[in-house]
Amino acid sequence: MSTKNKINAVVRYTLLIAVGLLLAYPLFWMIGSAFKHNADIFGNLNILPPPGRGTTEYFAAAWQLSPRNTMAFYYWNTLQFLIPRVIGTVISCTLTAYAIARFSFPGKKIVFTIVIVTLLMPELAFRIPIFMLYRDIGLLDTFAALYIQEFFAVGSFFVFMIIQFMRTIPRELDESAQIDGCGPLRTLIFILVPILRPIIITVGLLTFMWGMNDFQGPLIFLSSPENRVLALALRGLLQDYDVTNFGQIFAAAFMALIPTLAIFFTCSKFFVESVTSSGGKE
Amino acid sequence: MEQPKPSSVSVPLKKVKRKIPIAPFVLLIPWFIGIMLFRIYPIMMSFWYSLRDFHPIMGDRGFVGLDNYRWLLFDFPLFWRSVEATFRYVVFGTPMVLASALFIAFILNFKLKGVNLFRTIYYVPSILGGNVAVSLIWIQLFGSNGPVNTIMMMMGMEPVSWLRSEAFAPFTLIFLSAWQFGSVMLIFLAALQNVSPSLYEAASIDGARKFRQFISITLPIITPVVLFNTVNVLLRHFQEFNSAFLITDRGPNDATNFLNILIYEYAFRRFEFGVASAMTWLFLAAIGILTLILFSSSKHWVHYND
Repeated sequence: MSTKNKINAVVRYTLLIAVGLLLAYPLFWMIGSAFKHNADIFGNLNILPPPGRGTTEYFAAAWQLSPRNTMAFYYWNTLQFLIPRVIGTVISCTLTAYAIARFSFPGKKIVFTIVIVTLLMPELAFRIPIFMLYRDIGLLDTFAALYIQEFFAVGSFFVFMIIQFMRTIPRELDESAQIDGCGPLRTLIFILVPILRPIIITVGLLTFMWGMNDFQGPLIFLSSPENRVLALALRGLLQDYDVTNFGQIFAAAFMALIPTLAIFFTCSKFFVESVTSSGGKE
Repeated sequence: MEQPKPSSVSVPLKKVKRKIPIAPFVLLIPWFIGIMLFRIYPIMMSFWYSLRDFHPIMGDRGFVGLDNYRWLLFDFPLFWRSVEATFRYVVFGTPMVLASALFIAFILNFKLKGVNLFRTIYYVPSILGGNVAVSLIWIQLFGSNGPVNTIMMMMGMEPVSWLRSEAFAPFTLIFLSAWQFGSVMLIFLAALQNVSPSLYEAASIDGARKFRQFISITLPIITPVVLFNTVNVLLRHFQEFNSAFLITDRGPNDATNFLNILIYEYAFRRFEFGVASAMTWLFLAAIGILTLILFSSSKHWVHYND
């Protein structure tokens, strides 16, 4: 390696590390500040509390997220719509992708076009009539309002992602299964699903993590306090309750992000690969 | 339908090809119900509502033609204020996200050790997306004594009221969006890694020339992905809700009262479904036209290799 190349490499690494630190700082600052008293949080850039002044007392306060309920309650409520949402998305999107990727039938082009068009259509275009629909069938203020759609393959992005993945699997596999007497559904379940496992896991985990970020859905469709999910309760820290210790806000934010961060770091290989391949090829 | 080829096709395959398969239609039943019930029916109803003075509790007070549209366009200054706020966010946010994503992808595309670690770290902020917890952090980060102002004072600048000044509040939100460039960057990076290295073998040229080479050789090759990302980022910015609702609470003085929030307010706070639906349609028309312009202009700047 020439000196010039070495200098280039140093410049690039310096840049990458600087950007990395800049991007990571808000999260590290959040974690560190969860262990700080008010006086130590602001007016400096430190991540760690000053020596000997760290405290864990704000985690207990943050765990009691609202005067009435703990964070466990809000997590439980969140899971009540997230788990069905994940199951519905995975099943319905896999079935739809299978039909589009593996069969030729009249109207297939139209179906695929609709999938792509709905990919670009913003959620808010459908929101008001869906609200009326849910009102008429009694789904308002139930968790079902936040997951019922997902059982009908409305997640076009995921349909598209699974189609892309399925196209890489040789067709001979399903053809030989069919010759052995497997029907379409058995071919899907016993031949394709095992190969699709990484993409199905990705779809499930992305649905979960994006669901953790969903704020507008709960805001519109849930109203009673016993149905409050984590996102709504966190918002309470902004308006409903008097929080005088900032450590409590940081501890609550930290605890609210733990599932997402944990999933991400244990499974990051999946996402990085699949985000890369779904977008990069089209 | 394809004609069966005369000689080379074996008998069982012929049989399969002749009849119209039932399986795909059965498999598509959930999707079909979903499209009808949650996409086509709502979009048509939404247009119907937009022509009526419709209130879900007080009921349908009749057909008003284009009155809702007329009112929004000519008698409701807040609508234009909101259009302005939305466009400001889109116009500054979209290029910032695209440029930082492309630049970082360009750097990561050099065969460096530890690239995987970096792309994972850069991806974390986008996975947190619109999480309310992120908004809580952002408020503190840009608070009057927060780290951002602390840095500015260390550099000898005056601290700024990032959340309460009309000039700066939009940028507090734009920075949040820029912080989340990771997923866009990954898509750029994948495209760059697909570019054949034989196109630029000369490894010894220096950084500045490499950058020019990137602009004149590599960038044209990945223009399909540039288009894909531009449309995505643009649409995402147009629909921004969480950050403005939570961090700046639409303010100050409606400087961050984005259209998505205004529609929400008229729909689900005031229950003026007619007005909210008309606003939705104006919004759809705007992004529809922009997307069409992008796609039709793409003939001139997007290079497809086939």
